[in-house]
Amino acid sequence: MAEPVKLIGCFGSPFVHRVEVALRLKGVPYELIEEDLNNKSDLLLKHNPFHQKVPVLLHGDRPAVCESLIIIEYIDEAFSGPSLLPSDPYERAMARFWAAFMYKCKDSMWIALWTDGEVQAASAREMKANLTLIERQLPEGKKFFGGDTIGFLDIAVGGIAHWMGVFEEIAGVHLLIEEEHPALCRWAREYILDETVGQCLPDRDRVVAALTPRKELYVSIAKAMAAQK
Amino acid sequence: MDHQQEEKVQLFGMWASPYVYKVKWALSIKGMEYEYVEEDLGNKSGQLLEHNPVHKKVPVLVYNGRPVAESDVIVQFIDDVWKGQGGRILPEDPHERAMARFWARFVPDKLSPPIWKWFTTAGGEEQEAAREAAVEHLRVLEAELNLGRNEFFGGDSVGLVDLSLGALAYVIPMYEEIIGARLITEEMFPSLYAWMGRFLAAPPVKDHLPPMEELKLRFRAIREYFLKNA
Repeated sequence: MAEPVKLIGCFGSPFVHRVEVALRLKGVPYELIEEDLNNKSDLLLKHNPFHQKVPVLLHGDRPAVCESLIIIEYIDEAFSGPSLLPSDPYERAMARFWAAFMYKCKDSMWIALWTDGEVQAASAREMKANLTLIERQLPEGKKFFGGDTIGFLDIAVGGIAHWMGVFEEIAGVHLLIEEEHPALCRWAREYILDETVGQCLPDRDRVVAALTPRKELYVSIAKAMAAQK
Repeated sequence: MDHQQEEKVQLFGMWASPYVYKVKWALSIKGMEYEYVEEDLGNKSGQLLEHNPVHKKVPVLVYNGRPVAESDVIVQFIDDVWKGQGGRILPEDPHERAMARFWARFVPDKLSPPIWKWFTTAGGEEQEAAREAAVEHLRVLEAELNLGRNEFFGGDSVGLVDLSLGALAYVIPMYEEIIGARLITEEMFPSLYAWMGRFLAAPPVKDHLPPMEELKLRFRAIREYFLKNA
């Protein structure tokens, strides 16, 4: 008898989306509990006391698993179904390396979106150079980083496919440009079109509407990041 | 032919880097032999730049000609490749693995930044705030260690979380000596304090530690630099 799987998330989060894609690719049924992050529930505070963030995965009675990429590796290892990570240890290391690289990129991406002047320009250059490095990881002639099907790295990078457009619209900046990153843009389109992804991809206009009020917060975070650099 | 003889393992490192030691300890847990290449980070070798073009940093592990960079990635790679050999770095159970990965990330994401800030800031409000933040995170780790009631975060032997935290076992006492203030005392953190001694004496660790006097001089110079350029 399968133990119930619950995912605590919130509308519009790319990190929650990552976990939903992983669960669906793996064929694991789950209950999605949507949080209002302005009014965090006792459930969330109990299960993720340190970070108080979503996503949080609850599998049966086990203590919560937090942090989206850690959750995805858990899903891959705990459930049967198609593998999300490659089976070869070296390929696995490469997938983890580039997923970690994405994490390091987020600062320059954020600064490039939400600041202006020379600070913004410098970060935009850095971000685009990072996108080029990621783009080079796409296997020749394949739709996805994972090959013919979506894998761990596609999920890790997946936020770019949908949310980059969302943030660009809110910020009024254009960073992911077809002429500059044709292969990555092609990948983004394939990712969005994928049937499994489509099942848990929040409507773009609704996400823009939900996240636009957070613009000032984003700007202040970006300024703090730029100050620390 | 012995399988191990066919494998060529190189580790590119630098004598003061805690991330390099993390990889050395991981290789030691597996009983793996390797060729160590010391890098001068002010004058990086062509080999290093070729093996880690993205970050240009150490450590880099090269296994049969294929490079792996980023210490967290390298340690998991080591555990994967030499799965049946030596000790386990990550537990068998998927949920325990997830917990180990979570706590291993806690160190660089939450704990190390305030400790570094405390060390590189002159005495005063800002330094005190950093110390308090560090203490808060240390309390969380202390509780986690108590929960397991084991010798190490990894159980009976050194595991992923111990490796992640490990360098702090010798770095924190050095910082304390240089600053002239304590961060971890036996009274405040009995479990962590005991863990520090056990970690430094653990078989995979004890013969693979940096030269302490040189490291202390280096840290003194670092603190002076930060205080002067504040």
